[in-house]
Amino acid sequence: MARARTPADLVGAQPGPSFEITFDGRPVPALPGQSVAAALWAADILAWRTTRVGGRPRGAFCGIGQCYDCLATINGTPNRRACLVPAGPGDAITTQEGHGHDRLGV
Amino acid sequence: MTASASESPGSTEPTEPTEPTEPTEPTEPTEPSGPSRLYDLAVIGAGSAGLAGAVTAAELGLSVALLDTATGTGGQFYRHPAPAVGALRPEALHHDWSAYAGLRRRLEASTVTRLGGHHVWTVSREGASGDGAFGEGAFREGASREGVFGDGEGPWTVHAVTGADGCAERPVRVWARAVLLATGAYERQLPFPGWTVPGVIGAGGAQAMLKSGLVLPGKRVVVAGSGPLLLAVASSLAAAGARVPAVIEASGYLAYARHPRVLAANPHKLAEAVVHGGTLLRHRVPLRTRSAVTEVHGRDRVEAVTVTRLDRDWRPLPGTARRIACDAVAVGHGLVPQIELATTLGCATRTTPDRATALLLDDLQETSVPDLWAAGETGGIGGARLARAEGELAGLAIAARLRGRPAHRGRVRELQRRRDRMRAFADAMAAAHAPGAGWSRWLTDDTDVCRCEEVTAGSIRAAVADLGARDARTVKLLTRAGMGWCQGRMCGSGVACLAAGDGVGEPPAERRPFATPVPLAALASLDEPADAGNAPADAGNAPGDAGRDPARGAHHPC
Repeated sequence: MARARTPADLVGAQPGPSFEITFDGRPVPALPGQSVAAALWAADILAWRTTRVGGRPRGAFCGIGQCYDCLATINGTPNRRACLVPAGPGDAITTQEGHGHDRLGV
Repeated sequence: MTASASESPGSTEPTEPTEPTEPTEPTEPTEPSGPSRLYDLAVIGAGSAGLAGAVTAAELGLSVALLDTATGTGGQFYRHPAPAVGALRPEALHHDWSAYAGLRRRLEASTVTRLGGHHVWTVSREGASGDGAFGEGAFREGASREGVFGDGEGPWTVHAVTGADGCAERPVRVWARAVLLATGAYERQLPFPGWTVPGVIGAGGAQAMLKSGLVLPGKRVVVAGSGPLLLAVASSLAAAGARVPAVIEASGYLAYARHPRVLAANPHKLAEAVVHGGTLLRHRVPLRTRSAVTEVHGRDRVEAVTVTRLDRDWRPLPGTARRIACDAVAVGHGLVPQIELATTLGCATRTTPDRATALLLDDLQETSVPDLWAAGETGGIGGARLARAEGELAGLAIAARLRGRPAHRGRVRELQRRRDRMRAFADAMAAAHAPGAGWSRWLTDDTDVCRCEEVTAGSIRAAVADLGARDARTVKLLTRAGMGWCQGRMCGSGVACLAAGDGVGEPPAERRPFATPVPLAALASLDEPADAGNAPADAGNAPGDAGRDPARGAHHPC
């Protein structure tokens, strides 16, 4: 394998036009077929959750839906696995704090 | 059946492919299925083993449902971009792509019902005289030995939740006379100080994100851990444009030399190693054996790692630490079989040479539970080529059982020979990369071992030393280690070793009623009439509305 400049170069990707999602209100481009986690990685965002006990930042770890470290609040619903959920135009991703159910008062 | 990507908030509709090289992978079944459809065979997992099993069985006339959590096929090994990405050369990131392309062509030409976006949470079987949609007579044809055809048991019920991450919550049941488990594997992780810092990711995870999302976790990625997957990951990352300052391997590759005959019998493995080795050489990626990443520097993002030499038992050698600047670390210590669905049914297991738990299978891939077969990594980690051979063998055996006719003997023998040869290599590989007893010396007391529950090595050691815990289960009860979302998949190996007094331990074979988180709404709907499996989305009373129910289940993270 020769070195490509980007992964997309390597596989000759010709994706459809990119669309916009937001992360904590700021616009992030996403490509059709990309997961939320992939779109965030492409924007150099590696953390989108803080832990329940230590408040530490977390993002994707296992990349295949097994570890639940990549939980994010997507369009207001907490605890979505960002590595599995495909990004859709206009999706609002927000950093999930703790268990994500603060508004329930639990 | 709809696989309901559209029911999942924030998802997009499946998009038509833009290139002929990437045929559309519909989530609709290839043939309509009635509300009470009983399949001959349900295959769980659409990777190499599941695909081979499904097409083989279907070509022999069986009706087959093929379920997978992903929308597309290929499993983790042949993970590739969604059709919408329009990749002209998906094979550039894969070894042996043509084998997968061949299976996919056969799948498209087959009658296999493809159920993408299905997360199977349990498999059960009830007596034929009991409840269920089918009368006893449905299971009598083709009787050949014990199992559904002899002892009056009913069909298997495969329970799944649907959607990209299981949050669409429309529960599905699929009934089948036989089940083939091809659920693959996940990565074994051993903790080290700083492994929870963003930028540290699973080696398999980096590979998966690259293969499907065409993204990298950073610009300078250290690849570390143990096992041949590291070489594949490093060469993919380098080829895709990342700098890889080093591959850090805890074992030595000389251990393979103890198995000369096994190596000679598996030339394809050598060829694969040469391809990866050549790539690494070309990109000037050094391989450091008998070394480990023993600390990650950086608080909110990886800035560098400390690499330390290890002795033969993986004990860090004092005075050998050196720092390598990087912005990401891809780490993994081999793979472990994903077998919860089977162990919950009481299937017998074996311990592999690297102390993982795998299913014990007979010569024809059947588990110790009649009419439940397994193929690929579930029987021990061995790779995609072995998985294909085992999947085909299982497909032949299942068709023979259900049809009451013997399988083609020559083909069965040929597949068994190939399987045994590759299994011998897999055992040599597992032995060469088995974690050494000294690895936990690199943990500090404040290292998080359980990522979900944030349980430190110090508190686990206290549970062992002060409270008398001797096994992972007791540690879990005392500390919550392994009790979180991932159910111990990430910390299980580490906790088992610490529970064994910082020695070598193995996680127990879990009997777990839920292999994946399930919303309470989905459980509640199990009392609904038994048509959920193939009902359209008009079941507005419970299942279809579950996705919008704010009262989420305790078993489900949503």
